[in-house]
Amino acid sequence: METLGFLLDGFAVALTLESLSFAILGAILGTLIGALPGLGPANGVAILIPLAFSLGLSPTSSLILLTSVYAGAMYGGRISSILLNIPGDEPAMMTCLDGYPMAQKGKAAEALAISAIASFIGSFIATIGLIILAPILAKFALKFGPSEYFALFALAFATLGGITGKNQFKTLIAAALGLMIASIGIDISSGVQRYTYDILELFEGVDFIIAIVGLFAISELFFFIEKHAGDGLAKTKVNRLKLSMKDILLVMPTSLRGAILGFISGVLPGAGASLGSFISYTLEKKVIGDKGTFGQGDMRGVAAPEAGNNGAASGALVPMLTLGVPGSGTTAVLLAMLVSLNITPGPMLFQQNADLVWGVIAALFVGNLVLLLLNIPMVGIFVKLLSIPPKYLMPIVTLVAAVGIYSVSHSALDLYFMVGFGVLGYVLRKVQIPLVPVILGMLLGPEMEKSLRHALLLSDGDWAILFNSGLSITLWVVAILGLILPMIVGPLVRAKMQQKTN
Amino acid sequence: MLKYLPVKSVLAFSASLALLSTSVYAYEPARSAECIAPANPGGGWDFTCRSVGKTLVDLDYVKGNVKTVNMSGAGGGVAFAHTVTKRKKDSALIVAASTATTTRLAQGQFPGMSADQVKWVGTLGADYGVIAVSKNSPYQNLNQVMDALKKDPKSVKFAGGSASGGWDHLKVLLAAKEAKVDNLPQIKYLSFNGGSEALVQVVGGHVDAFTGDISEIKGFLDSGDLRVLAVLSESRLPKPFDTIPTAIEQGIGTIAPNWRGFYVPGGADPESYQWWVNTIDELYATPEWKSIMVKNGLMPFHKTGEEFTQFVDQQTLNIRLLSIDIGLIK
Repeated sequence: METLGFLLDGFAVALTLESLSFAILGAILGTLIGALPGLGPANGVAILIPLAFSLGLSPTSSLILLTSVYAGAMYGGRISSILLNIPGDEPAMMTCLDGYPMAQKGKAAEALAISAIASFIGSFIATIGLIILAPILAKFALKFGPSEYFALFALAFATLGGITGKNQFKTLIAAALGLMIASIGIDISSGVQRYTYDILELFEGVDFIIAIVGLFAISELFFFIEKHAGDGLAKTKVNRLKLSMKDILLVMPTSLRGAILGFISGVLPGAGASLGSFISYTLEKKVIGDKGTFGQGDMRGVAAPEAGNNGAASGALVPMLTLGVPGSGTTAVLLAMLVSLNITPGPMLFQQNADLVWGVIAALFVGNLVLLLLNIPMVGIFVKLLSIPPKYLMPIVTLVAAVGIYSVSHSALDLYFMVGFGVLGYVLRKVQIPLVPVILGMLLGPEMEKSLRHALLLSDGDWAILFNSGLSITLWVVAILGLILPMIVGPLVRAKMQQKTN
Repeated sequence: MLKYLPVKSVLAFSASLALLSTSVYAYEPARSAECIAPANPGGGWDFTCRSVGKTLVDLDYVKGNVKTVNMSGAGGGVAFAHTVTKRKKDSALIVAASTATTTRLAQGQFPGMSADQVKWVGTLGADYGVIAVSKNSPYQNLNQVMDALKKDPKSVKFAGGSASGGWDHLKVLLAAKEAKVDNLPQIKYLSFNGGSEALVQVVGGHVDAFTGDISEIKGFLDSGDLRVLAVLSESRLPKPFDTIPTAIEQGIGTIAPNWRGFYVPGGADPESYQWWVNTIDELYATPEWKSIMVKNGLMPFHKTGEEFTQFVDQQTLNIRLLSIDIGLIK
């Protein structure tokens, strides 16, 4: 009941004109970015973080804007999957399987509408899950001492490979790079400066936001320059929508199952949206069996992965908000945003920033409704936006990034850093080293180090403190499983995904 | 040539006269002023700038607006360096500061910079230091904690929101020094990202005691999870904190205000400095500011001009001596 009261307060925040307009703006921008091939939600949020800074938004408005972008990007990912057979990001891959055949049969509008409805159901159910689960997890708050936190961060690092996957070694390199960058600045446990060479701007370390914007947004610019990708994508036509109530009812059970599966895989650290969409699709194919025409344009084949990946998107917010440990790349980016707004994510967030957390959760509901309403009648406009040549978009992105970064600290040095990280991001992507572990290393590394040193200070140097509670032992066990399972299951899953998409 | 010279000098003379005559009039701030908050939005310095800026405009002290500029880095060092080097003579600039600023100046954490490079305007309130334990703790008062530390400096471990050697850490050491605890460097301090994280650890029973500011503890004080052993102020604070005993009452004469105030560039002309001092004096007395203090948990603490400058010098000196004592600096 208490939760319901908080949620209503949250709606009071989310339904103000200001919040509502940011939710709508975020939803539109997110859909647009998600629809552009190659630009996933993590990039979308990273590109738009500077916008929040340059507009000088309050923490609540910034978060509402960016979570809407996140939700929007998950929606948008399906547009290019269906129309062009090019997934906007990895989770949208499964949507190509039945979405593109539907479009080829002249049912693009129906595929888009069905996927919008399934996306909505996925997000909606998962947001309810978030509301139920998050406060329960937050109540565990006081049980977490330094040794439990250390085990939790170890768990997060152990499951890193699961998130981004293909090459564990490259993930390790990326995470190590993040840890190295994170060691720059004051060591708060001793007050000593590390690797700062008396450069004042480095005393507090390298700002996550600068690193994120550089790695994701600026490197995108370099890729754009390299490809001379000046022109828009192939124009596609969308037919007039003919969707009956019967069709909607047909995909209902599929969407519900997908939503729940998606939510669960989102909550698990490391699993994320790709797994959500994959298992939803696979399960649905098993459940329906021969009665369906999966792979040849079955509506349920569009609904299942969409409900799954949107459910996972909301599910991934649970560990991020309650424990300060992100379950996916995008939530890592959102976490960095929170930290730079002086909001400490983790157990206390629900007590100290209740209005913010519940405002954002309510905004997720509002955002999803907005997305549904936008996506059905306005899908034609989004399709048109897809044909805007990037030569007009990229300069805007670069401008917003530069203005936003400058407005955080008013330091030109930060702009050089941003460009530096852009170059780094470009190089890393060229050699196929994933970017998300770099960010996670930067975010979690200092916390992990701090927890370990605190634990040892408390025990006067006795390492046994790391395993002295049931909670920490449980976390270690999960961490070990999280490290080993993806090595066994991961290649199988990916092989099957590959098999299906080919 | 000669003919023209007098004309020129007359012109020059009258020009300098004109300049002189303007400076004879009391200083009027330019239409707008700028307040640098040396941290990201959302923290204490940001609050100082925004609330003072807004009140100055609302009460018509400044005709235009007071723009808050966030300039984070080096715990205020980037903004300090910016003020000292690039804005030396800017009369329309104020910079938010607090005890964290003097602590870092005292410990030489702004390399090559010192407190006398800027002019210290005044304070508009303070957040007093507290030492607290969880409700299940065996310690009932500050003396019991100090006695335990005298027997074994490692026996009570403290959690706080500042870095090691920062203000929250120093508060404990100031009190322990006053209580004649030996071996100050052996007292264990765990540094967290902010007071709230540290509090959770203390209330959760993971760390023995909390050191922080009074504004940080209200939530847990109300819920009864926290026992505040002492507040480090001259006398008891106003309600609802009036039940908390001071350290002085318990025979430990430590006062630890985390003041909130401003400095202006060292080269700002004396008239403008005086204008800011007077304005801060007047602002502090207004009911508008009083209500902001109550709403945000700021306690009375007001010093301006010469008195404040001496206070900053004294505080910097004390912190430097203590930091040398505990081996933090040489």
